[in-house]
Amino acid sequence: MDITDPMLLRQIIMDHYQYPRNKHAGDAHHNHMIHMASESCIDDIKVWATIENDKITDICFDGVACTISTASTSILTELLKGKSIEEARTLIDRYFDMIDLKNVDLEPLEEAIAFYQVGKQANRIKCATIGWNAMKQIIEESEGKHD
Amino acid sequence: MFDVNKIRQDFPMLNGKTMQGKPLIYFDNAATTFKPQTVIDTVVKYYTEQTANVHRGDYDLSYQVSEGYEAARETVARFINAQPREVVLTSGASAALNLVAYGWGQKFLKPGDVILSTEAEHASNILPWFKAAEVTGAIFEYIPLAQNGELTLENFKAAMHSKVKVVTLANITNVLGYVAPIKEMAKIAHEYGAIIVVDGAQGVPHIATDVEDWDVDYLAFSAHKLCGPTGVGALYGKYELLQQMDPFMLGGGSNARFDICGNILLKNPPYKFEAGTPAIEAVLGFKAAIDYISAIGMENIMAYEHELRKYLMSQIKDMEHITIYNPEAATGIITFNVKDIFAQDAASYINSQGIAVRAGNHCAKILMDMLQTSETIRASLYFYNTKEEIDHFVQVIREITLEKCVDLFF
Repeated sequence: MDITDPMLLRQIIMDHYQYPRNKHAGDAHHNHMIHMASESCIDDIKVWATIENDKITDICFDGVACTISTASTSILTELLKGKSIEEARTLIDRYFDMIDLKNVDLEPLEEAIAFYQVGKQANRIKCATIGWNAMKQIIEESEGKHD
Repeated sequence: MFDVNKIRQDFPMLNGKTMQGKPLIYFDNAATTFKPQTVIDTVVKYYTEQTANVHRGDYDLSYQVSEGYEAARETVARFINAQPREVVLTSGASAALNLVAYGWGQKFLKPGDVILSTEAEHASNILPWFKAAEVTGAIFEYIPLAQNGELTLENFKAAMHSKVKVVTLANITNVLGYVAPIKEMAKIAHEYGAIIVVDGAQGVPHIATDVEDWDVDYLAFSAHKLCGPTGVGALYGKYELLQQMDPFMLGGGSNARFDICGNILLKNPPYKFEAGTPAIEAVLGFKAAIDYISAIGMENIMAYEHELRKYLMSQIKDMEHITIYNPEAATGIITFNVKDIFAQDAASYINSQGIAVRAGNHCAKILMDMLQTSETIRASLYFYNTKEEIDHFVQVIREITLEKCVDLFF
């Protein structure tokens, strides 16, 4: 993907905002749920996941959120669904490195690279990471690390 | 003669400051306001020339700063037409409202008593009363708002009954900016034997306030919303009520004497509420701010803000992609959304054009249910804003699109 083409990246964000993937409430088959209601912004989303045998078999989310929160979480659900915990953790770490403007290989992040410049609007970093933080917490919880 | 260009010269934040590389336009005055040089100088002067504690030392410096501190109380009192002994200096409107809900509410409310308020209140005027209700067994009731979100006297009358012991509300609400008919409401509340508490955080900086004429029992406000320092505000209370109520904090300065058996003799109001060393420089700056806006004149400020609002409304009211939630309000608060753009996305774009507005639920979370939106954008004006700034804002609003909001990230 050509990250120097802003039109393409904008298209990705617009597409995931206007037609978010996996955006619906979870149900009984999801064994994890995190409610993210940030104190500092308006976004109020819930993320559900099914984790079985160290594998993420399903992710969905629902709630009220801005373009960046919605699109970044939508992209996350597509990217991490079907991945092992280990793969997911590596991708999440890579995503946060990208947000922190660290020099990492962006290719594995697929459409999530649309947010590589989100740091230009510092007050919106939390929007681009809300779903990713939720997933990070879910993984920790599934491993019993969450307190 | 009101001359906005001359006024702007008094504010360092209005002289050459930029945001996102563009001249700063500050339309978030309901959150806080800019400070004129005279307020800044007063604060600094305390640290460079007047540092001493108040009411503590038998030396000239302490005496002088104590005099300055009490002069500030007198200025605050005069500004709202109260007596100085009826003015408690607090850390702000939140502290003042908490003090009433704790010191009066938790002390005097009984199970089944009713606290009457509205769904348009700021968290600072609701949460302390939720707590008072929880502690005392009192019940919370809301005055239904009219369809446009305004509080009408008719609805208030219909909601009032003999179980109501406290009516607590903002005289200007922070989201919709309507002016409540406080004087008439106070009269009715008193007929039922209730007290009326006014959150004046958005009111006092923008309209002339007269606690004696309105006959309200308590009124709270903050300095920083009227060009003063942060961390200071005031609670006005009728003296008899101040005598009856308990302080929120005990400590140095609030007691006359105490002994080893635990007997405490508190000072008289307002001093019994002012334990601990206050934000002395902020109190002095509070006075400077009131002196400053008084010299401009509250009538002039009101008239000019109204004119600015009319000017802004006339340009955006017919824009099809803009939803305005308070078209009829008289004050400088304009609450709106851009259709199909999330408020925070729109606010970010507006920020990228150098304009500060607020997106969110503005600490009035229950109002958002009534407006049927989870968030709005609020532009709030003050007397140092100009028609030129509004022109620029209108241009930005006219041209905003979802694509432009997303493009900020590339």
